[in-house]
Amino acid sequence: MTNNKPATTLTNAFKKSSKTFIGFLTAGDPTFEKSVKQILALAEAGTDIIEIGIPFSDPVADGPVIQAADLRAFAAEITTDKVFELVAAVRQKSQVPLAFLVYLNNVFKYGYEKFFKRCAKLQVGGLIIPDLPFEERAEVLPFAQKYGVALIPLVAPTSGQRIPSVVKDATGFVYAVSSMGVTGVRDQINTDLAKMVAEIHQATDVPVAIGFGIHTPQQAARVAQVADGVIVGSAIVKIIAQNKQQTLTELKKYATAMKKALSSRLNKSK
Amino acid sequence: MTEQTKTGFFGEFGGQFVPDQVKEALNQVAAAYNQFKDDPQFQQELAYYLKDYSGRPTPLYFAESLTKYLKGAKIYLKREDLNHLGAHKLNNVLGQILLAKRMGKNKVIAETGAGQHGVATAAAAAKFGMECEIFMGAEDVERQKLNVFRMNLLGAKVHAVHTGNGTLKNAVDAAFSYFSQHLADTYYVLGSAVGPYPYPMMVKDFQSVISREAKKQILKKEGRLPDAVIACVGGGSNAIGAFAEFISDPQVRLIGAEAAGKGVDTPENAATMTNGKIGISDGMRSYVLQDDQGNILPAYSISAGLDYPGVGPEHSYLKDAKRAEYYPITDQEAVAAFVLLSKTEGIIPALESSHAVAQAVKIVPKMDPKQIVIINISGRGDKDVSQVARYLGRKI
Repeated sequence: MTNNKPATTLTNAFKKSSKTFIGFLTAGDPTFEKSVKQILALAEAGTDIIEIGIPFSDPVADGPVIQAADLRAFAAEITTDKVFELVAAVRQKSQVPLAFLVYLNNVFKYGYEKFFKRCAKLQVGGLIIPDLPFEERAEVLPFAQKYGVALIPLVAPTSGQRIPSVVKDATGFVYAVSSMGVTGVRDQINTDLAKMVAEIHQATDVPVAIGFGIHTPQQAARVAQVADGVIVGSAIVKIIAQNKQQTLTELKKYATAMKKALSSRLNKSK
Repeated sequence: MTEQTKTGFFGEFGGQFVPDQVKEALNQVAAAYNQFKDDPQFQQELAYYLKDYSGRPTPLYFAESLTKYLKGAKIYLKREDLNHLGAHKLNNVLGQILLAKRMGKNKVIAETGAGQHGVATAAAAAKFGMECEIFMGAEDVERQKLNVFRMNLLGAKVHAVHTGNGTLKNAVDAAFSYFSQHLADTYYVLGSAVGPYPYPMMVKDFQSVISREAKKQILKKEGRLPDAVIACVGGGSNAIGAFAEFISDPQVRLIGAEAAGKGVDTPENAATMTNGKIGISDGMRSYVLQDDQGNILPAYSISAGLDYPGVGPEHSYLKDAKRAEYYPITDQEAVAAFVLLSKTEGIIPALESSHAVAQAVKIVPKMDPKQIVIINISGRGDKDVSQVARYLGRKI
C-alpha cells in the first residue's frame, strides 16, 4: 500500500494543530454548478474534509433538512454519474479531501467495482454508507480494499459492546453519531461522548469525528474537546436551502467561524 | 427447500441493512424471538389467544358456487377474513405482542399504511393493557380517517408522519427511528414479512398458522394435498403464511398475485416481481421497484395493502428458486373478482384478497375438475366497499 491511496487523504486531514472541521452538503442542491461553487467556497474557508451526499429516495438516517436537500437535487436531475462529474469539476480547482455519504442501493445499482474505481480516480477518500452495518460489510469490502477507499464506520450511542467490531479495520476516520435518531440540528446532546470516543480510541488508531446535531461554533468547540473533529450537515444545508445571492459568502463565514472555534485554546485534549 | 444460508438470509435475500443505531434494537428482538419461539408455554399462550380471542381455526370452505361458475378445479377458500378484526394481521400481532410482554416492554409501536395493521396492533395492545403508538403517513391519515378513529377508540396515539410523500415507507422509517430511541420500554410490531432480520422470519412463523391449518383441513376433507395455493402479495405476509407448510411439497404450486395497478406497462403499479430489480431497501436485499439510479419508485394499487414497492425476501428467494410463481393482477381484474366472489359465494373479500381470487379466475378454468385449489382470503372487504363503489361509478 502506498501513501497516496485515497483513504489517507482523510486521515491526513486530522494531522493538524486544530481540530478537524468536516462539512456536509448534498450534491446538486440546488444545481450542479452551485454545488461545485459551494464545495470550493467551503474548502477555501478552511473546511478540512467535505462530505458530499448523493441524493437517495429513502435516506433512512437523515432528518427533514437533508431529505429536503435530496428532493432539490432530484429536481436538478442529479444522477450518480453527475455526482462524479461534479467531483471532477471540483478537482480541477481543489484537492480538498472528500468523502461521500451514500446509501448502499445507489452504489449497488451503479456497480460496486465501477463506483469504487471512480472514487479512487477522483481521490474521494471514503464512503459513509449508513445502511451498511459491519455485519454486511463483506458486500463492498473487497472493492474498498482494492481501490484504497475507506469505509467510514458509524458508531451509535447504542453501539456499546459492538464498538470494537464496528471500528476494527477502520480506515479514514470513524464517524461517531452523537445522538439517536436522524441527522438534524439539536439544542442538546445527551450522550456521554467522552466515554464513547474513548472506547473507539481503544479499538482503533484512526481519528474520530462526531456528527449529528452540531450547529453552533460553541457546540463544536465543546464537542471537539473530546474528539478529533466535528461533522456539520444540516446547519450548512439550511444556509444552502435559503438559496440567496450571498449563499457563498455565508457558507464561508460559517466555515470560518467553525474553524476558529475548533482552533481555540479549549481544544488541547489530545 | 427454503434455506437460511447465513443468519437472516434466504439465499442472497434478506439481511440486516440498517444503521448501527437500529442494530441494538434488532439484536434484542432477535434474541428474544429465538429464545421464545420454541418455548412450549409461549406457544400455548399464543394458541389460546388465537383460538379464543381471534376465533381460530378459520374454516377451509368449499366454494361450490364459484367452482361451478369457473368450471375447472375444485376451489377452497381459507377464510382468514373471519379472524377477529377481519384479516390475517392479528395472527402476527398477537405473536409479537406476547413476545414484547416476555421482553418486559409495556409499550408497542407499529407502522400502518391503510390502517389494518395499526388497528390490529391497537386492539391487541388494548387487550393486554399496553401503551400503543401508531406511525402513519400524513397522506394516509387523511385518506383513512375511519381507521384513525378506530385506533384512537382502541386507545392508541396516531402520529402523522410528514416526511417524504407521507405514506407507508415514511411511516416505517419513523417507526424504526422512534424504536431505536426508545429501546428501554418499547417494542416495534412490524406488520409484514419484510424489513431487516428477524422480522421476515418471525412474521412468517406467526403467519404459518394459516397453512398449518389449511394442510390439516384439506387432508381431512379431500385426503390429499391441493394442486395450488393462491395468495395476494404486497409485502407478502399472508402469502408466506399460506405457502409455508407447502413449500416442501413440490406437487403444490405456490402462486402469488401481485398488484399491477393500472397495468404493468404504466408507471402506476406495485408489481415488484414483474417490474422490480434486486436491490437493498427497507433493511433487506430483495426485489424492489427502482429507477436506473437505484432510487426506490413509488408504488400504486387500488388496494392500499398491496401498495408497496418491495417484497419480503423469502418471496424473492422462492421466485428465483422457481418454487413459487408470481403474476400481476390489475385494479380492474381485482375489482371484477371482488364483485364475482360477492355474487357467487356471498363473501365480500378485501381488495387485497381479490387479487388472489382474480388469479384463480385466470387459471382455474384451465384446470381439471379433479384438481384442487386453495385461495387465501386474507381479509374481508367491508373496508373497501366505498372505494369499489367509486371505482364502479356508483354513488353511495
